[in-house]
Amino acid sequence: MGRFLLKRLANYAVLIVVATTMAYMIASLALHPRARYEGRNPPPPAAVVDSTLTAYGVNDKDPLVGRYVHWIGGVLHGDFGKTVTGGSINAELGARALVSLRLLLIGSILGAVLGVLVGVVSAVKQYRLTDRFFTAFSFFFIATPVFFTAVLLKFGALTVNDAAGTTLLNYVGYATPGLDAGFLGSAWDQVNHLVLPTLSIALAQIAYFSRYQRNSMLDVMGSDFLRTAQAKGLTRRRALFKHGLRTALIPMATLLAYSFGTLVVGATFTEKIFAWHGMGEWLVDSITNNDINVTATVAMFTAVFILLSGFLSDVIYAVLDPRVRVS
Amino acid sequence: MSLPADPLLIADDVSMSDLPGEVPEGPDVVVRGRRQLVLRRLRRNRAAMAALVVLLLLFVSAFLGPTVYKAITGWDYEGQDFTSFLSPPSATHWFGTTQIGGDVFAQTMRGLQKSLLIGLLVALISTGLAAVVGSVAGYFGGWVDRALMWIVDLLLVIPSFLIIAIMMRNVKDAGWIVLVLLIALFGWMITARIIRGMTLSLREREFVLAARYSGVSSAGIIFRHLIPNMSSLLIIDATIAVATAIIAESGLSYFGFGVKPPDVSLGTLIADGTQSAFTFPWLFMFSGGLLVLTTLAVSVFGDGLRDALDPSSKRAGGGR
Repeated sequence: MGRFLLKRLANYAVLIVVATTMAYMIASLALHPRARYEGRNPPPPAAVVDSTLTAYGVNDKDPLVGRYVHWIGGVLHGDFGKTVTGGSINAELGARALVSLRLLLIGSILGAVLGVLVGVVSAVKQYRLTDRFFTAFSFFFIATPVFFTAVLLKFGALTVNDAAGTTLLNYVGYATPGLDAGFLGSAWDQVNHLVLPTLSIALAQIAYFSRYQRNSMLDVMGSDFLRTAQAKGLTRRRALFKHGLRTALIPMATLLAYSFGTLVVGATFTEKIFAWHGMGEWLVDSITNNDINVTATVAMFTAVFILLSGFLSDVIYAVLDPRVRVS
Repeated sequence: MSLPADPLLIADDVSMSDLPGEVPEGPDVVVRGRRQLVLRRLRRNRAAMAALVVLLLLFVSAFLGPTVYKAITGWDYEGQDFTSFLSPPSATHWFGTTQIGGDVFAQTMRGLQKSLLIGLLVALISTGLAAVVGSVAGYFGGWVDRALMWIVDLLLVIPSFLIIAIMMRNVKDAGWIVLVLLIALFGWMITARIIRGMTLSLREREFVLAARYSGVSSAGIIFRHLIPNMSSLLIIDATIAVATAIIAESGLSYFGFGVKPPDVSLGTLIADGTQSAFTFPWLFMFSGGLLVLTTLAVSVFGDGLRDALDPSSKRAGGGR
């Protein structure tokens, strides 16, 4: 098993480098930091513009490969370079990554776990009211883009708050600024701010996972080994959960790896709509601001996150399916 | 006379008999063509039929709606009514007006038109590409297969949303065509892998061997024998790709990286309406609601189509 996972890890490392390189190249070709200085009045001297751009490592007159090597060299030493306004990327990276990770991790764990549960319940209660309800639920949330869900949630929160007369649910930012309520108070405040944004990305994940889990559970429920287990004296419930669920979970491991990509894109909308200053918001802003280094940094963060989840899904796969460990 | 091998087909005929009490004698019931059977199964699926009706209505209103609306109320998507700013839905402006007096109904229909068009084109291109690449890789094998699958893996890893967003940054005129191509470029890989897998088993079948030995060229085998044999999967995939493409398009447009003004799509309309979604809900709810209705109808119809084309299918429903 160790060899299998090591091999996958090496593969992922190569893919991260490829993805980052590609993002850097495309961003360098498509974004024009120089445009920020054009149209200024009075126009800054060309030499000054050039030297500033060179200092930030984004001068389009310097050779692209040289700029790339310089940037990636810095990244290897833990320095992500400068933003297009000359600020340090490192200074912002930590805080923003933390904001995004909180959203992404809780959202994905919640989405996967609840999705599996909903799928199992749907399969066990196939064609009953519960199943029909969950089916309608998942069809709706698979068809609904995150930005629509997010605004609907905000709308719901507004209605709840109006009805209650106080702010029960927060929908702006990730903490109340300047709140002084002790440790417990501010912890509660952060959880409160987390509810709606997390829901906005988790709902689609739950819907997505539950459909697949339902199908794979239905497959397992009709299988011979489950009948054998029952014939040997296990109750249906015990047979289902001891033997059925484990087998039915295997395809979910692969799904987990694929679904993270959608999750990251979804979180971008969530961050924009709920005013969370995370990586997604940074990405959208940096593309609009012609910021090459930040775009490449966020691309790298995304690639690392997605491939880590791919690795996690490999681990789950190896744990669930003994055949992987042998081969 | 060859009977359908699928027991479900026979069961279909029994249960579809006009006189329910009367069971047709023996197994030699009317043998229907595959197409007819698929259509019958589809017609019996009420959810899929409802979705189809909704889709037809959406198409008709998106493409004919603006003309009819202009004839009735006199407004089109570019016109500005200087006598009513931000007015709620009324008889003259069915979906209300925007800050500058634009007619929301006319704009929404125009946006729906563009979104549907983009969805259809992307589905066509990406499924076509998946079919060709997948079957070429599977049929030829060897280094062709390895090279194509390497490209597939690479494209799967690249953050497509980010790349499209960066590339769309510089596109100005006729931007939506470029957008269609870009979304299609990043949307075919998983299907291509499935097609490749199916081709690997299909190419060993007798009819392919027979074609090869009777001198049919490789291109002929791929386009006349292999791809038609995978048509059910391709039809289902194309349907679902429509919904995926519409969501991708509206997402990109939402951030201003997709369809650019003066063009409108459902995504740009939703983006414009989000800020005032609570104070002036008609700016947001109609475009948002229509977007969800479209993608929902497409996925429900796609699901029904899958059940009809492939009753033994074990793939999960509800799109991807």
